[in-house]
This record gives sequence, C-alpha cells and structure tokens, in this order.
Amino acid sequence: MSTVAPPPPKKLNRIGLEVATYRGSKSTLCAGCGHNAISERIIESFFEMGVSPTQVIKLSGIGCSSKTPAYFLKPSHGFNAVHGRMPSVATGAVLANQHLRAIGVSGDGDTASIGIGQFVHTMRRNLPIIYIIEDNGCYGLTKGQFSATADVGSKLKTGVVNELPPIDTCALAIQLGATFVARSFSGDKKQLSAVLKAAIAHRGTAMLDVISPCVTFNDHEGSTKSYDYMKDHDEPLHDIDFIAYFENIEVTYDPGETQDVQMHDGSHLRLRKLDRNYDATDSLKALSAIESARRDHEVLTGILYVNPEGKTLLDLLRTVDEPLATLPQERTRPGRAALEEIMEELR
Amino acid sequence: MATIETVAETRPSGGRRQIVNDMSIQVATVNGSGSQTANSVLLRSIFQMGIPVSGKNIFPSNIAGLPTWYTIRANHHGYIARKKEIDFLVAMNPETAQEDVLNLSPGAAVVYDEPLRLRELRQDLEFYPVPFDKLVVPVCPDARLRRLVRNMIYVGVLARLLDIEMAEAKKALDKQLGKKPKALALNWNAIQAGFEFAEKNLPKTDGYRVNRLNKTAGKILIDGNAAGALGCLFAGVTVVAWYPITPSSSLAEALIEYMGRYRIDPATGKATYAIVQAEDELAALGMAIGAGWAGARSMTTTSGPGISLMAEFTGLAYYVEIPVVIFDIQRTGPSTGLPTRTMQGDILSTAFLSHGDTSHILLFPCSVEECFTMAQEAFDLAEEFQTPVFVMSDLDIGMNNWMADPFPYPEKPLSRGKVLTAADLDRLQKFERYRDVDGDGICYRTLPGTDHPLAAYFTRGSGHNEKAGYSERPEDYKNNMDRLKRKMETARKRVPPPVLEEDPGAEIGIIAFGSSHWAVIESRDQLRSEQNIPTAYVRLRSFPFNDDIVNFVKRLKRVYIVEQNRDGQMCDLVRLAICGSDCSKLRSVRHYTGHPLDARTITDEILSQEISR
Repeated sequence: MSTVAPPPPKKLNRIGLEVATYRGSKSTLCAGCGHNAISERIIESFFEMGVSPTQVIKLSGIGCSSKTPAYFLKPSHGFNAVHGRMPSVATGAVLANQHLRAIGVSGDGDTASIGIGQFVHTMRRNLPIIYIIEDNGCYGLTKGQFSATADVGSKLKTGVVNELPPIDTCALAIQLGATFVARSFSGDKKQLSAVLKAAIAHRGTAMLDVISPCVTFNDHEGSTKSYDYMKDHDEPLHDIDFIAYFENIEVTYDPGETQDVQMHDGSHLRLRKLDRNYDATDSLKALSAIESARRDHEVLTGILYVNPEGKTLLDLLRTVDEPLATLPQERTRPGRAALEEIMEELR
Repeated sequence: MATIETVAETRPSGGRRQIVNDMSIQVATVNGSGSQTANSVLLRSIFQMGIPVSGKNIFPSNIAGLPTWYTIRANHHGYIARKKEIDFLVAMNPETAQEDVLNLSPGAAVVYDEPLRLRELRQDLEFYPVPFDKLVVPVCPDARLRRLVRNMIYVGVLARLLDIEMAEAKKALDKQLGKKPKALALNWNAIQAGFEFAEKNLPKTDGYRVNRLNKTAGKILIDGNAAGALGCLFAGVTVVAWYPITPSSSLAEALIEYMGRYRIDPATGKATYAIVQAEDELAALGMAIGAGWAGARSMTTTSGPGISLMAEFTGLAYYVEIPVVIFDIQRTGPSTGLPTRTMQGDILSTAFLSHGDTSHILLFPCSVEECFTMAQEAFDLAEEFQTPVFVMSDLDIGMNNWMADPFPYPEKPLSRGKVLTAADLDRLQKFERYRDVDGDGICYRTLPGTDHPLAAYFTRGSGHNEKAGYSERPEDYKNNMDRLKRKMETARKRVPPPVLEEDPGAEIGIIAFGSSHWAVIESRDQLRSEQNIPTAYVRLRSFPFNDDIVNFVKRLKRVYIVEQNRDGQMCDLVRLAICGSDCSKLRSVRHYTGHPLDARTITDEILSQEISR
C-alpha cells in the first residue's frame, strides 16, 4: 500500500497568516519591470514582520509605480490618489488614525517633479510612513520622457541626452529632516528586503529611493538607470542584517566592523562594513558620501541615514492615543457649558 | 434723509431735524494705526445701548500705511446691511480725507484732524475740527505710544457729539483691554480727553444722535469666521488642514484657539484633534481628504485662489466619494483680484469644480448664526453623502462684525453616514464599496483599519466598478456616473431648503443668498413702503436646488436674482434648474464693486428694470 505524503504545512508568520494573504492582484506592468520585484519584497517583508494587513494603508499617486499598491497586500485599504499628491492624502489618513501603518509608493516623476512640493514637506514633518520611490529615471506610462532624477548624460532610446542635473531625493530627504533614508536596487533582493524590514520597524518617515529599471523605455545602453548600469555602478555601503524585536537571535558581532542601530521598536539594524567606514547616523557624512558618489558615477546603496528617535508629526501634535476618526461624540462635541461660556464672552 | 422711517424729533433750541438711532458712521484711517480697538469700542458702546449695529471694515491688502474705512451702521429697525450714504465721517487719514469729504451727501457731519483743514472744502456739511496731536500729549506722556492712543480720542468726541453713553464706552473698553491695566488707563484717558474737548469746544450743529433702546439685550457680536469655527468645534471636527489666505485665515485661527480651549482631553492633556498648516491649498485639501477617507470629520478653509487650486482634488473626492468640508470665504476675483474685498464670485466654478462631470453640495450661510449651524450641517451632509461639501461664505460675513442671538446648542447627534464595522461585515458576509444597496445612490463604506478580511477596498480616481476594481468597461463607467447623479438627486431633497417670505399680492419675486440677504430685506421694505411694490422672496440656502425654486418662479411674473458678481452666476444656476419658458421670467441684479451690497442699489436696479420692462 502506497502512502501519499501529506503536503508540507504552509508557512505561517507570527500572527498566523500565510504569505498569500499578503499578495495582491496580478501585476499589469511589463514583464521584467523593476517595480514587480519591489512589490515582491514588500509582500515578503510585511509577511515576515508579521504586520497585520488590515492595519496597513497603501497609497500612491499616478504613474506605473503608483499602480503597484494593487499588486500587494490585498487585505489593506488602498488609495490611488492624484499625480504627485499622495503625501498629503497619506498625512491626513495617518492623522485620522495613527494606528494605521502607511506605505506610500511613488515614482520619480510623481515625487521629483509634480509632487516635489508635497514630498519635501512630508520629509520635514517626519510623518510615520514608508515612502518608496520606484525610480527609473523616466515617465513610463507616458512612454519614456525623462524625469527629474535622470542623470546628466543619460540617453533615451530616441538618442536624446539629458543635460539637466538630477534631483537626488535621498540627499533632499536627509537635508529636510527625514529620519530614515535609504537607496536600494530592485535587483538586490537581500538588501531591499532588509531595508524594507528596517523601514517597517522605523517610527517616522522611512524614505526609500529604489532604482527600478524600466525595461521598456530606459534599459538600454546609455541609460544610467538600466539593469546593466546598476550591475556595474551599484556601490553598497554595507551588508545589512535586520533582526526584528520578536526574533530571539543573539548574534555576536565585532563593533569595529559592524554598526549596530537599535530601532524604536527594539529591532536591531546591523550594518557590516564593506570597503569603507560609514556611520549611518551622521547626516553630514551621508550628504558628503552621496555627493562624492555622484561625482564618481557610483550609485551608493544601503541605509544612508537613520535616526530612530526623531520626533514625528504625531508627537508634535500631541493627539490622544485613540484614532481621531472614531472618537465618540462625547469626546468631540463640547458640552452646553462651553457654548454658554463662549456666548457670554461675545455679549 | 437716511432711511424711509426716520425717527424725527425737534430740539427746543436748534430746530434742526433730529435723526435718532439711524446713521452710518465711517472712520477713515490708515491701517496699522491701532484704530481697530477704537472702532470696536465705538461699535460695542452703541450695541450695549440696545441699538442694533453692524460694523464693516473696508481694508487694504497691506500691513500698514494704506487707507482703511470702518463703517458702523446703527439702525433702530435692525437693518444691518451696508448703507450707501455716510452720515458721520471721522477723517483721520490725510491721503483720503479730501475725497472722503467730497463724497458725502449734504447734511453729513465730519469730525476731522484739525491740520487737514477740511472745512474749506464744502459749505453744506457740519464740521468738527479736533487737534488730535495736541490732545494726545497730556494723555500719553510716552511719545512712542501716542500713535496708538491718538485714535481713541475720537471715541470720546463721538460719544459727546452723538450722545453715546460714556459708561458704555468704559464697559466696551474694559472688554477690549481689561487684561492690560496700563493700556486700559491710557486709552480711557484718551476717550475722556476727547469727550471733554468736544464738550468745551464743539457745539452740536448736526442732527444725528443715539438714544438707548432695548433691541440688543442678550445678543452677541461676532464675525462669521469665528462663528464658522465654533460650528466646526461643535460639529466634532477632528482633522483640519489649511493654508493661510485672506479672508479665510481667521476661521482657521479662531478654530485653533477654540480647539485649544475646549478639545483637550482632561484625563491625558492630549488633543482630540489635529490641525496642520499645509504647504499649499492642494496639500490642505489632500490632507482633509485623506483624513475623511480614514473616517475623520475633516475640513479645510480657503478662498477663491485656493478653490482654483483645489479643483483636481475636489474631483477626486467627488468621484471616489470621500466626505470633506471646504469653507470658501469668497473674495473679489478673478485671479488675485481684490483680496480684502467681498464677492459672491465662486458660485458657478465651485458648483461644478473639477474636470469631467461633477456637481457639488454648496451651502450658503447668510448670517453668523448660519455659519455656526451650517458648519455642523456641512459635516453631516459630507458624511451622509460621502462627498465634498462647500460652505460658501464671503468676506463680508466672514470678517465683519455681526449682531446675532446666542447660538443654539446642537441637539441633533452627529450623523456619520453609512459606515460598516467589522461586526456589520460578519453579519452581511459581503461588501462592495460602490454598490447602490439602498437605491439612493449612496453606498456603504468601510474605514481603513477595520479588522475584517472583507473590509478592504481600493480607492482610485481611475474608472472603477461596484467592487472598486479598476475598470474601463463602458457599462461600469456609465453605471457609476449615473449612480453619482442619483446620489445628488437624493441630496437635492436633503439639503437645507430655501426660506420663503412673501408680501400679500406679490407679483414679482426676489431670489438671493448669503450676505446679500440683509440688503434684500431692507430693499423689500423700501419697495413696499416707497413704491408700493410687494415682493415674494426666496433665500437660497443650498445647492443642488429643490423644487421650491421651480415652483417659485412658475407662479410669479418676474423674478430678480440678486447677487454679488458680474456675470449673474446664481442666475445661470437657477436657469439650469428651472429650464423651459419660465427662464424668460428671470432678471439679474448684480453688484460687483468689492464693497458689501446695500439696499438702495437693489431697489434702484429693480425699479429701473421694472420701468424699462
């Protein structure tokens, strides 16, 4: 009698959900698009961190990147807003319910051009949100025009060469007070996963600029946002290990070789030195490193800057602990005495 | 003569015609000279004497040094609209004094700064020269403060000339400066100096004066923006995002103050609200929309230029169906226009704000009381209909001082609309965000964070089907658009209905809204008593219109639509609603100078159109 082996039990995360729960609809983006890889990493990292998907909101603006929230975390409320204005919508939603975990997906056009105003002000406010720029240096959905993150000298398929200096969203974010700033590459699974998990653990704005090649319009020779270009010019700052607060793993490390950053929730970031000394908690050095990399035509990736304890917008507003959205009337409508007192002053 | 029913009496001594409790006083100063306190004391003193008043500030878009006119109207009938004629001028501004005097009607009185030598300009006015610079010296030894105290002297001069009771002036001053004893003493001395100077040197030659009445007992004085802020406070607003713009900033600022006083949780000392000054109007509305989506009672406040910037987001909120309240304190456009002057100029552009087919709920408060009540109504409507609701105030209501009965405490519980909880979802076992379950066009929503596997849906400004899925299918698009129209049809019957007043035998009608109301009621009295023309009057309180408007136009011979813009925007909206042959009955009365509307302008225009008919 032959026995049929039972199927292996499905892997569940710490809140008892399987990874499928974290998936979304089928992607309608081009095969090979960097954005799809980023969605995969988002699915994995939220699954592995055991974040309850009903407590997540996923928001975006307009563009190829902004379509992606439909492709992950189906049980989360999603919001595809207007072009470049996702940050304000996210801000309002987080103010209304500070228990929600917000993830905003934007693109280089959505952020660095039409949305630059909302982007910089969101960075200033240190709103608790994971803000991902899926950065391919071009407008995919309108067929390949340059965006404001395109490098000088980068060439379009049509042969047009960009001559305007790029906006470095990471440098900008650091300068403006964002408390977690990273650059990564959609093709670097391990690094991107670690960065995303650290971003989930962070309290405040986690800004991730992820180079994500556009296979249709910007993946040719002469482009500085292509897979090939990234393979040659990606300069990781460090190897990143992320140890979540709920993982009881004691890893010994050499403080001379590894920088340990304790996140607000108790998780640890271990940044292992590669071929340079880099202090990810020093914003001045970060800006300098970004600028010298630009001169050397390198793309520095990793956690450029982190300050786990910066004051967030919610701290500054000193709001009650419960979501404002669902406070009962007794707590939001003052009593008769209050109105009478005001009327008396006006008599 | 100022109004149709002047109370006249004769003084034994002069024989000059006496005009009691019916005048408009205009104080012409430069802005930034501290005249605001003096003007408030004047207004309050008369108000405290039981005489109905209104105060209107015609001010420049500037911080200091440009002309400002503050007009107080006192009227025993209770007319509180602007009055065209100035009866009593206080000329303190050398830049405008000559023109101000030349514009007066014969018989008006002028208190002026002596060195301006205005007396030489006209023979048909009563002049009262006052040496302000000399009088201020003994009152205010500190030369640096004189500029600010100097204006208070005219309060004393007017008190003497107009019989304003000094005890009331003292009380009004206490109210303004009670917490600053030094300033209080200085200013009170200035008022007294003015009074004494007038008593000794200015024999009364004009006929204007006030006399105690009992028509303001228990009433309050407030501007519409503060009243609107109070409405939001009692509506339980929780998220406010705004960007400074005249004339709406004072609404947000009043809200910040009131929320700080009344919305701090006693147990924790923490705020039951969040107010954010956004980077621009786009972000302000974006934040309010994000908050509305997540279930908060959220709002923003702005004026015309901000409304233009909010167009795209408004279309989004309409299409994806998110409640949000937007105050539009209208000012004179187009473009920057006259930022500190009033207009009802955003009616058409706001009713259909944004591209594609859109239509929005508008509320038209006519008074400070309605700023209070409609603010609350706006939040209820926004949440019931899951759509933007605009409260169309204007600078005249918003920034000027109005008399009102004390505001009523809201008895109605907050109406939070069709929101499904996790327990509801358990029971229903089904949720489709854009399905018209009840047939009224209003669908059910869930709030982000609802801990249920069926709760989530995807909000998108792109085409969507009933399940909130992305769709470009013609039938999905059309179904959704038709349902949105159905929703507005439901709203039409739910929004505040118009208010109808009618004289017996009226054949002509008047339609007006917002701040025009006060001039209209006075104009109707003028038409009736001066011309024997009875009128019927509908005051619009909201858009979309219900059938009352259609029926009103149907049964009258001619209907005048009174509004404060060049193009007759409300007239166009009404025309869209009534269609057919009744359209030919519509006439348009338009006022667009940037100044508040006055009754005489309406009366003259209606008469001229009636005659030329």
